[in-house]
Amino acid sequence: MSAADTAAEASRLVGFGLRPKLVPSRDDEYRRLVRRFRSDDEFATVTAAVARGLDLVILEVTERTGVVVASTEESVFAIRMTDYARRTGGDGKAHERVLHALAHLGAATLAFPRPADLADETYLGRITAQGVEAFVRQASTALAETATAEGADTDPSSDRPGLEAVWRVYKRRAQTGATGDGRKLHTSTTGIVSKALAFLADQGLLVRTGDARGGTYRTTPRYRAQVREAGAIMFDELLALGITEITDGTGTLTAVEWSPDDIAKL
Amino acid sequence: MSELGLHAIDLVTLAMDFDAGASPERTVEDLSRYAADQAPDRSAAEHEHAAGWVLENLLNVGSADRGFRAVYGMTGTDGRYERRDFDFRLLEEVPGADGGIYLRASNEAVNVLVGALEVDIESAQIAADVRLETLIRRGRLSDAQAAAQAARYRTIQYGEMLRQRLEATSRDVRTVDWLTAMPTFIAEALEHIEARCRAENAILVNITEARDTADTPVRKQQAAALVGIVRDCLRRHEQLQAALQNAGRRFRAEQDRQTFAPQPMRADLDLHAQLLQPALALPVRDADGVLAAYFTRVVGLAVRPALRLADLFTLLVTPPAVREALGSEIEEPELSEVAEVPRFPEECYEHLEWLLDLDVEAPRRLSGLLEEARELHPELPLLVVVRVLALAAQEIGPAVRHGASSVLLAVDDGTVLSDPEFAGADLIVARAGLITPAEGDGAGPEGAVVGALSRDLMPAGRERGAA
Repeated sequence: MSAADTAAEASRLVGFGLRPKLVPSRDDEYRRLVRRFRSDDEFATVTAAVARGLDLVILEVTERTGVVVASTEESVFAIRMTDYARRTGGDGKAHERVLHALAHLGAATLAFPRPADLADETYLGRITAQGVEAFVRQASTALAETATAEGADTDPSSDRPGLEAVWRVYKRRAQTGATGDGRKLHTSTTGIVSKALAFLADQGLLVRTGDARGGTYRTTPRYRAQVREAGAIMFDELLALGITEITDGTGTLTAVEWSPDDIAKL
Repeated sequence: MSELGLHAIDLVTLAMDFDAGASPERTVEDLSRYAADQAPDRSAAEHEHAAGWVLENLLNVGSADRGFRAVYGMTGTDGRYERRDFDFRLLEEVPGADGGIYLRASNEAVNVLVGALEVDIESAQIAADVRLETLIRRGRLSDAQAAAQAARYRTIQYGEMLRQRLEATSRDVRTVDWLTAMPTFIAEALEHIEARCRAENAILVNITEARDTADTPVRKQQAAALVGIVRDCLRRHEQLQAALQNAGRRFRAEQDRQTFAPQPMRADLDLHAQLLQPALALPVRDADGVLAAYFTRVVGLAVRPALRLADLFTLLVTPPAVREALGSEIEEPELSEVAEVPRFPEECYEHLEWLLDLDVEAPRRLSGLLEEARELHPELPLLVVVRVLALAAQEIGPAVRHGASSVLLAVDDGTVLSDPEFAGADLIVARAGLITPAEGDGAGPEGAVVGALSRDLMPAGRERGAA
């Protein structure tokens, strides 16, 4: 096979990656290319180069998920927060953007509550819109309680809204609400989360399984790969702000372990 | 209007129980009744309109947060004057279990009702009890009623606190401190209920007495209202107690579900501890960039359509396919009649009929039939073989049911066929007469047929013996 043909096939494979709802098990050509990627090093290198040229990153190539590609911020394929928040009807301010992004982060956190779930390729998370909303609200409430306990719960300054803590913004926003014509309020936190989940389902990252509790969804293997990548990037960003410190490798990941003594005390 | 507003908060607070809140429709209905008391000369539609308006303003419909913000100024520790925002809500809308929206009164609203801010529930409750008892003893019933109502609001607040913590537990046991804080809280709450029940029962006895000995109708009515309130308090305590007793069980069930799940195989990023919590703690300015980075990676890609003008033109001029409401007409498929050419010439069948028209008493061997057939027609032997093989699988039952007088049979007695064209067993072909059940010994059709067969096969045996 000539170099040009290899490049064409590599580009086609990347093209398959741009169609997130297509899986190799449904398409012979896709399956063949995925197998080739996994067995032919030269082909894999060319494919990675094609992706790099499009400002994409290949996260995972398996027969289960197909090609999972993530965009970098410069890519033409990237969905930017500013566009998303504007399209959802918010006024595009920082407060609004933060709430929308929090809905996405909250969904991922509830879908993969334990670190092991994110590492487990076969794990499928199940989330509901109301569940995600309550989860983020609970996290905000916990922070508010901590702030009160530490005596740091001062009301935010009126002159510098940018310094307001995110949990305050979330807690302040109405949980749900009815509009005059009987629809649900889309600027409420439940509305924002519903929008986020529906958007992820459109993108082929979640699958809607029911209408209970504001919409029930399950995750796809592709979503897991995306969350891992996005989480790592966000972790780096936090690190740049000096927020999370890397310690001896166990890090802050310690889960509360219950010994039989603790349980007996209850 | 402010009276209506207070009354609305009161209605919602009273309707709040452990699980749901007040339904907005009911609240508007009750509120418009109150408005009707205020302005009896106005129309019912106007009352309802006013009630709806008050409710909407308490929710602050129209603001993005559906809340209120008060700006106040104070001098900070560094001596600088600074303005700060105080955000609060009076009524809030929460999703109910049935998918509807319910109203709950916020803590601030309950505090407005009680007329106190930042009060520790426990001590406020004790104070209210003492006050209530004193007031009843002195016979100041209208004050006592207000105090009893305040006590009831406190109880509701207690229940709300417990409900929030239990909900948090069912999401993640780790978010609530079940090691020290929760057991203490539950113990306190149970103690509180015990004390409250004792106090309220005592108060109830007092008021009932006051009601029965009251001298004016107004006092009698006040005392009766108080009895109602205290009874409601007792009911709420029972509810809270039941919930408290279940709390430990709920925690253990949740722990089983969450903590004893399979252990991690290898560690990965902890989304909750490493991303969500730090992000929530960040100021908005910093969080914006960090969360945007996460968002862009996680939501996947947007593939912009690349369109050629030529394609666009074709797309635009193509008329849309018209779909009929009932779907298109189904066409009858045209089927051509294909006459099946008989495998054997016609005269063969005639010869076959003649050949197989055997006497009931004289069965024949296949070899004999084949010889004869070969003389009659070159293709006849094959037809004979086909027919005779079919006879070997002859079923007698249907023939009896159809009332046939005889049936053709082929029986293999082990003799090998010697023939230039065919190989196999030299079957005995016989026509067996059927005895109708009426003629037989009355054992039923099957028995009759078997009897007929055994008799008819006798000649075959004889012939074999002769051969």
